[in-house]
Amino acid sequence: MKALLIERQLHRFAAARAASLVAGPASGIGVGPLRLADVDPPELPGPGWQRLRPRLAGICGSDLHTVDGASSRYFEPIVSFPFVPGHEVVADVLDGPLAGRRVVLEPVLGCVARGIDPPCAACASGRKGACERIAFGHLRPGLQTGYCRDTGGGWSDELVAHESQLHVVPDALGDEAAVMVEPAACAVHATLLGAVVPGETVVVLGSGTLGLAVVAALRHFALPGTLISVAKHAVQRDLASSLGADDVVAPGELARAVRRATGSLALEDRHGGIRRLAGGADVVFDCVGSAETIADSLAVVRPGGRVVLVGMPGTVRVDLAPLWQREITLLGAYAYGTEDRPEGPRSTFELAFELVEAAGLQRLVSARYPLERYEEAVRHAANAGRRGAVKVVFDLRRAAGSWRGAGALAAADGEAASGTSGEEVEAAR
Amino acid sequence: MSPRPGFVLEVDRSTPPTLFWHGEGYRLERLPTGSRVIYPPEPLPALDDPDAAIEHALEHPAGDCEPLSALLRPGMRLTIAFDDISLPLPPMRAPDVRGRVIEAVLDKAAAAGVDDVVLIAALALHRRMTDDELRHALGSRIFDAFAPHGTLLQHDAEDPDGMVDLGQTEEGEVVEINRRAAESDLLVYVNINLVAMDGGHKSVATGLASYRSIRHHHNVRTMQHSRSFMDRHNSELHTSNWRMGRLIAQSVKLFQIETTLNTDTFPSQFGFLQHREWEWSLKDRAGFHATSAALERTPPALKRQIFHSIRSPHALSSIQAGEVEAVHDLALANVHRQQLVRVEGQSDVVTMGLPYICPYNVNSIMNPLLVACLGLGYFFNLYRGRPVVRQGGVCILSHPTPWAFNPVHHPSYIDFFEQVLADTTDPLEVEKRYEESFARDPWYVHLYRTSYAYHGVHPFYMWYWCAHALDHLGQVIVVGGDRAAVRRMGFKPATSLADALEMAEDVVGRDPTITHLHLPPLFLADVV
Repeated sequence: MKALLIERQLHRFAAARAASLVAGPASGIGVGPLRLADVDPPELPGPGWQRLRPRLAGICGSDLHTVDGASSRYFEPIVSFPFVPGHEVVADVLDGPLAGRRVVLEPVLGCVARGIDPPCAACASGRKGACERIAFGHLRPGLQTGYCRDTGGGWSDELVAHESQLHVVPDALGDEAAVMVEPAACAVHATLLGAVVPGETVVVLGSGTLGLAVVAALRHFALPGTLISVAKHAVQRDLASSLGADDVVAPGELARAVRRATGSLALEDRHGGIRRLAGGADVVFDCVGSAETIADSLAVVRPGGRVVLVGMPGTVRVDLAPLWQREITLLGAYAYGTEDRPEGPRSTFELAFELVEAAGLQRLVSARYPLERYEEAVRHAANAGRRGAVKVVFDLRRAAGSWRGAGALAAADGEAASGTSGEEVEAAR
Repeated sequence: MSPRPGFVLEVDRSTPPTLFWHGEGYRLERLPTGSRVIYPPEPLPALDDPDAAIEHALEHPAGDCEPLSALLRPGMRLTIAFDDISLPLPPMRAPDVRGRVIEAVLDKAAAAGVDDVVLIAALALHRRMTDDELRHALGSRIFDAFAPHGTLLQHDAEDPDGMVDLGQTEEGEVVEINRRAAESDLLVYVNINLVAMDGGHKSVATGLASYRSIRHHHNVRTMQHSRSFMDRHNSELHTSNWRMGRLIAQSVKLFQIETTLNTDTFPSQFGFLQHREWEWSLKDRAGFHATSAALERTPPALKRQIFHSIRSPHALSSIQAGEVEAVHDLALANVHRQQLVRVEGQSDVVTMGLPYICPYNVNSIMNPLLVACLGLGYFFNLYRGRPVVRQGGVCILSHPTPWAFNPVHHPSYIDFFEQVLADTTDPLEVEKRYEESFARDPWYVHLYRTSYAYHGVHPFYMWYWCAHALDHLGQVIVVGGDRAAVRRMGFKPATSLADALEMAEDVVGRDPTITHLHLPPLFLADVV
């Protein structure tokens, strides 16, 4: 079968890193660790596992970090090479009790999927994302499908998944909506972790897929008083606004916008620019995770406020003096599991399905590519905002009049429910 | 030879290109044949002996008022307020007329044995002046005598202990002014009446007032009902100030001093800016070409620095002192004597080149709001009778309009531009939805009081100044401006004057009549 594969070849990681630093994101795709290969389909690891054929598989920010050789070395012990990336997956089940059904993959590989019984405390309490055994059990290490050698990943013709990882997609929900469920689940989890009290001023830094989904989740599951979104590009500004941001500002305008919204005082630099706020927002969701955005978050959150790290950070250099002096809570928000809701515990994915449908998040899917054009796809995803896109996906459907060789398809209006209705457009916008 | 009056030129084929100011630079533009160009009158001669004229004015007051020396007595509290950095433009060569007049007042106070003397820069809601700016306005002798002793103050409209409520006018307008000024035995106010809008009751009722007070006349309604605010008898802005001023006069003894300056605006190396193009001397031509070539190669920040270092040779053309209304009538007549130009009829299009400076960016950046205010607020309103451009006509401004702000001087402007104008450019909506929150914003208040920032509400006033023009005009086009900044204000960007005139035809029809305002130096169009 065809699969995009990442192998542990340090010189290729180094080359990709160097190229991306010099020439911009994904510019080292040709020399980096990702390659298209003919590989054997993964074996079923044990009982409860099924074979899946992906329909759409998204390209996530963490995938781009990996492809660029920019991921933190923290992940080394919890991934296993070679692996097939792709953890945002809507797929057809090929065998087992759900054969023939369309499912969304919940990629975290927790205790149940790993055959560990009794499960760890986190898994037992439904917090799969916090599983303590992601490097153990009958699977090789891998925090998620898409980082584990044994499972394969969404960027291929076939992968395997444990039944505990599968969520059946309602017939009414199109593939483009379904492929948004996983990132939406991350956004829901982060939003609920942020515990926004009604009326609080909230900032969402970054307007890629995660940032926009967090804006949507805040509007759906919380009652922020003022919701300020930071967006660089026009398409992001429009989407942030339509998803519920009260104010959408450019990165350089953030401190002023938060200061205005909160009536805060500010501490200035010697040129009169705002160095940081004396007060600030109650909660900041950093959906980028760079040194700059973490520093910005700390500069605009109020003393005693919360900063939720939603975007995947790496090794960053940040002055933590404000964290200490202002008693700011810095929270990591990874993956999903079970959420405490007023009506009782609910699966994050269940809530994510609800959000995708309510907010129409399928509109974030901007372009679809076949696997063969992975270099273009990854470059497009890495420069999505600048090129007027948000979510770029691989289209692995095998409809009549196959896409193969036909160029990329785009679901510009997000309404396309399946590949059969896809409209051919120029991919390189 | 007496100075020539203002002049309206009709452009024909022999007319040389017309000079348009363009920020920190200028352009030569060919206006279509038949266009009119309004040139300011030549500068009136300077008073031969300014000190004698000052002395005469102080001792021969206008209106129902005793001579200054008769008002001074030992043990009294004397406060001398003076116009701030916003006047004159450009800042004048030393000695500044304010220092000259105040020296004369102080001499008389000293002779009368007055010990309790305080000077106050009448900032209204403007930024505080730096020590250098105060020293320049007052002269070193005064600055060194007062500043070290804490008796040279700058009006602080947000000082809760420094303001006093004098009551309300018959129209319910709150009159709240500087406590020291209000509680003095005598308040002397020293004006520079650069344009017809300045002076009169506006000096104290605005210059020494609070936001609570100023908001009654600095609002969209008064601006839209001031036709124009350069013509006080038809200005709602002034009518409100006059009501307040008369209330103030019931409890405050005021001795008003108003000075007028001639329009000798630029030093001799910039002589071409003072002269009509067809009369440019060899020196003017050389000056134009040399400075144009040099400016083309100069970075923007340095250009700004160069232009802001210009000190104007403005000369005192008159001084009058005494009772405020009588004084103002005389001063106004002297402003008119210098600046009035008779213009027959309106045109479809008005063009104007905007210079690097307006009242609110001395030693600072001319940000886009100030560009709009200078063009649509000040220059558009430099009329008596009717606007130079007809209702529904087009105004073409020439200015680079950079999306740039001085964060020290104009912090609330940045937010106004980024947040408010992104939402709406309608002055009434702007006022209704945003003014109060900006005016009360504690950070802006803090910066106004302790740094060098204009008050939080000030950008709103800039936009309100434009309200009459925005109401009157069919379109505003900016030539050579930053396109994003121009569009943010709801205006149309154009790359050249020719493009702008073509765009204007879409609004006013083909072959429009065009009038160009050739200023500064300033004039007041008397449109009949």
